[in-house]
Amino acid sequence: MQTHFTPEQLRDPETAVANQILRTCVHCGFCTATCPTFVLLGDELDSPRGRIYLIKDMLESGRPASEAVVRHVDRCLSCLACMTTCPSGVHYMHLVDHARAHIEETYRRPWHDRALRALLARVLPHPQLFRAALVAARLARPFRFLLAGKSVLAKRLAAMLAMAPARLPAPSPIERPRAHPAAGPRRQRVALLAGCAQQVLDPEINAATIRLLTRLGVEVVVAKGAGCCGALTHHMGKHDDAMAAARANIAAWSREIEAGGLDAVIINASGCGTTVKDYGFMFRNEPEPWRTRAARISEIALDISEFLTRIGYRPTREPPGLTVAYHAACSLQHGQKITGEPKALLRAAGFTVVEPAEGHLCCGSAGTYNLMQPDIAARLRTRKLANIAATGADLIAAGNIGCLTQLAGDTLPVAHTVALLDWMAGGPEPAAVAKAAPRRDAKAS
Amino acid sequence: MIDLPDPKPTTLAARERIIAGLRALLPEGGVIAEALRLKPYETDGLSAYRQVPLAVALPETTEQVASVLRFCHENGVRVVPRGAGTSLSGGALPLADAVVIGLMRMNRILAIDYADRLAVVQPGVTNIGITEAVRGAGFFYAPDPSSQLACMIGGNVNMNSGGAHCLKYGVTANNLLGLKIVTIEGEVIEIGGAHLDAAGYDWLGLLTGSEGQLAIVTEVTVRILRSPEGARAMLAAFRSNEIAGACVDAIITSGIIPVALEFMDRPAIHACEAFAHAGYPLDAEAMLIIEVEGSIAEQDDLLARIKEICARFDPISLKISQSAEESAAIWKGRKGAFGAVGRISPDYLCMDGTIPTGRLPDVLRRIGEMSDSYGLKVANIFHAGDGNLHPLIMFDANDPESFHRAEAFGADILKLCVEVGGCLTGEHGVGVEKRDLMTAQFTAVELDQQRRIKTAFDPDWLLNTAKVFPLTAALAPAMPRAA
Repeated sequence: MQTHFTPEQLRDPETAVANQILRTCVHCGFCTATCPTFVLLGDELDSPRGRIYLIKDMLESGRPASEAVVRHVDRCLSCLACMTTCPSGVHYMHLVDHARAHIEETYRRPWHDRALRALLARVLPHPQLFRAALVAARLARPFRFLLAGKSVLAKRLAAMLAMAPARLPAPSPIERPRAHPAAGPRRQRVALLAGCAQQVLDPEINAATIRLLTRLGVEVVVAKGAGCCGALTHHMGKHDDAMAAARANIAAWSREIEAGGLDAVIINASGCGTTVKDYGFMFRNEPEPWRTRAARISEIALDISEFLTRIGYRPTREPPGLTVAYHAACSLQHGQKITGEPKALLRAAGFTVVEPAEGHLCCGSAGTYNLMQPDIAARLRTRKLANIAATGADLIAAGNIGCLTQLAGDTLPVAHTVALLDWMAGGPEPAAVAKAAPRRDAKAS
Repeated sequence: MIDLPDPKPTTLAARERIIAGLRALLPEGGVIAEALRLKPYETDGLSAYRQVPLAVALPETTEQVASVLRFCHENGVRVVPRGAGTSLSGGALPLADAVVIGLMRMNRILAIDYADRLAVVQPGVTNIGITEAVRGAGFFYAPDPSSQLACMIGGNVNMNSGGAHCLKYGVTANNLLGLKIVTIEGEVIEIGGAHLDAAGYDWLGLLTGSEGQLAIVTEVTVRILRSPEGARAMLAAFRSNEIAGACVDAIITSGIIPVALEFMDRPAIHACEAFAHAGYPLDAEAMLIIEVEGSIAEQDDLLARIKEICARFDPISLKISQSAEESAAIWKGRKGAFGAVGRISPDYLCMDGTIPTGRLPDVLRRIGEMSDSYGLKVANIFHAGDGNLHPLIMFDANDPESFHRAEAFGADILKLCVEVGGCLTGEHGVGVEKRDLMTAQFTAVELDQQRRIKTAFDPDWLLNTAKVFPLTAALAPAMPRAA
C-alpha cells in the first residue's frame, strides 16, 4: 500500500518500522473476516484494515490522535486473529502498539477514562494492590445498584465489580523468589514468570506448574525482582511503564542465566508469553547490554505447553472419562502461533478434547478489554460460551488467566490446561474437575 | 489516478441536509460522515484508486436499504454499494458526491433447506460463511473465489464471481436461485426462488454480474450441494510456463474435468510457499495444482490418468497429497496468493482476463515478453482449467511512474486476451479498472445497448455510476425517458 511519509518522518526509527508494516499491507481485506469487532459491528472502521488505514492517516499527518482513531483503536482486542489470517505478513501487533503509544502521548482522554486507566495500570501489575482492590470490590458489590446507568463509566465500574470473584483464593507463598528443586536428578533449569494478576486470581496455576515441572526433573526458579511482564501497561500505550516492567524481568532472568544457567523462561499465562517473546523487539533500539539481553530472553521464552511438549509429558493416572472443550486463547493461537501442543497434551493426559466452532474468535477478555469495553466483551463472551456449550463438553480448558476469568461463572467449570495435566500426572484434583464430574456422570447414566 | 466524473455541485452543497436525512432513516451509528472516519472507505481491494465519499450508510434491513435508496433517488444523490470491499477492479470505489451503502451489517443466514438444497442469506454473509453453516450437514456452496474467507455473497452476485472449483461447478450465476433486490426508487422486488428456473425473462441472469449498477441485492437464495466423498490435490512441477500451459491444454482436451486446475509460476510459488509452507516445488518454473474428487477409487483412477498426461511434459516432480492437512496447506497457499505477493512486492495490480485454454502457452509467452519490455515483474496465478488468467503485476505505489507502467502493462495483457478470442474479465468484474478497455471488447453499438439496459433500471444513472462503461458516454443516458 502506498504511504506518504516525509524523509524527516522516516528518520524516526519507530515511524520507519510503521512505514515498513504499512507497505506490506496490500489492502486485500482478508483480515476483516476473522476480526471479532468487524463480525459484530459490521463497520470497516472496526476492522483491522480500517484501523490500519486510520493509523496510517494519523501517523502520516503527524497530527495528534483524533477521537475517531482513539475510539476504533480502543475497540481493537489485540487478539491478533488478523495476523493469523493475513497472507501478506503484516505485523499488525507492532503497528497497533505504536499507535497506542502515539495516542497516549498526543490525546487527552476524558477524566474518567484517564482515571480508570491510571488505576488499572497502577493496581493490576501489583499482586498486593490487586488483591486489596478485589476485596474492596467484593465489599462494594451490594451497592452495585448505585451504578445502574447507561454511561460508559457506570458500565465499566459494573464490569469491574462483576469480575471480582465471589471467593478470593488465599494468598500463596509459592511465588516468593526461590528455587524449587527438581525431584530426582535435575534435567533442566527454568525460570517461571510468576506474573501479577494471575497469582491473585488463581494461585493454583503457578503451584500446578511448579509441581508438574519439578516432578519431571526440572528445577524451577522464581527470580527475585521479576514481576509483571509489562503487557497490561503496554496495551494501554504506557510505553515507559511497560519498558520498566520488562527491564526488571530481563535483569532478573539475566542474573539467573549468569548464576546457574537457564534452559527456558516458562510462561503459563499466554498473554504474558506473547509480550515476553516480544522483548527482543521492544528493546531493539535500547543500548547494550539491554538489547542483547532482551533478545536472549525472548529466544528462550516458552509457553508451558511448548516446554512440556519438548521435554515429554506422560500421565500416571487412568483416563478420567472427561470431555474438555479446549478454548484457544488468542495470545496462544494468534500471538504465539501455538495451536496443536495444548490439545495434544490434553489428549495424551487422557482427556477427550473437543474444539468449539469459531475457535479463532476472541472470548472478549483481552487483558483489560472486558473492563474498558464491557458491551463488546459481553457479546463475545456470550457467543463463545454458546459455541462451547454446543460441543457438549464437561469443562473448559485454556492457557490464559484472562480467558479463564472471562469464561468462568457459566454452567461449565474452567481450568488451566496445566492444572489438568498436573492432576493426571499425580497432582491434586483441580476444583473444576469436581464440578465437572456430575455432568459426566449424568451423561453416562 | 483514474478519472472520475465531476461531483454534482448541488449534492455537495446539500451535504449537511443529506447526512441529516440519512441519519433520520438509520439507527444510531448507521451513518458515517466525518472526514477522518470516511477515509478508510475511500478504497477497496484495488487501493491504487481512492476517493473519499460524501457519506457512508450502514443499513441493517432491506427496509432500511429501500428507504436510503428512495431518499437518494428523490435527492438525485449517487450511490455506491459495498460489501466486504475486496473488489480487485475497484467495484466499490466511491465518488465524492456519492453515498456508500455498506451491506456488512446484513450478515445473517436467514434459512437453510436441506431437502430443497438451498440457503437464503443476507448480502453481507461471507462466501465461506455459507459453506460453514451447512458443512456439518454434509453440504457446501460451490463457487469459491480466492477471497472467499472475506468476500461477501452480495458482491459475488454483482461480479458473478468464480473461483478455483468453478471448472466443475460453474460460477455464481450457475449456483443462484433467487434474489431480493431494491431498485433505485426504493422498490423491493423478489425474483426467482426455491426452484431452478423462473418464469419470464431471465432476470436473475441479467442481475448477476451487473456490478451494482441495476439494483442493490438484499437477499440471496443459493443452491447448496452435497459435499463430495473426498478430494485430493496433486502438485505437478514443470520446467517452463509454456510446458505447464501445454499440459493444462492436454488435460482438458483428454476429456477429464478435474474439480480444479490451477497454475502458478515461479514468483507466485515462492511467495505462496513462504506464507503457507505447503511443500510447493521451489525449483520449478511453473506448477499446477490439480484436484480431483469423488470416492477413493474414482480419485485414484483420475489421478493415475492425469499423472500419465503430466508425465508426457517432462515434469520435475509429481506429488499427490497424502492427507487432508497437506491438501489444506496446498489450498491455503493458492487462496492466499494475492496477499502473499505482498511479501515480495509492496503493491500489485491483479489482472483478470479469460482466454480460450488452447491459447495458454502462447499468451504466457507474450506476457513474459511484456514483463521484460515494461521492466516490471509479474507473478502468474490463475484458474488455468477455464482459461481465467490472474497475472499479478508488481510495482511500487510510492513510485508513481512504476504505477503508470503497471497500468499500461495490465491494459496490454487484457487487450491480448481479447485479441486471442477471450474476454476482459473472468470474475473480478469491469469496475473502474477495465472501464476504459471496454471499447477493445465491444463496438459502440454494443455498448449503447448495454447502457440502455442500465437506463431502464436506473434512468438517472445514480447506481454505481463511473464503473463498467467508458466515462464520456456513461453519464449521458442513452435512452429517452418515458414521458
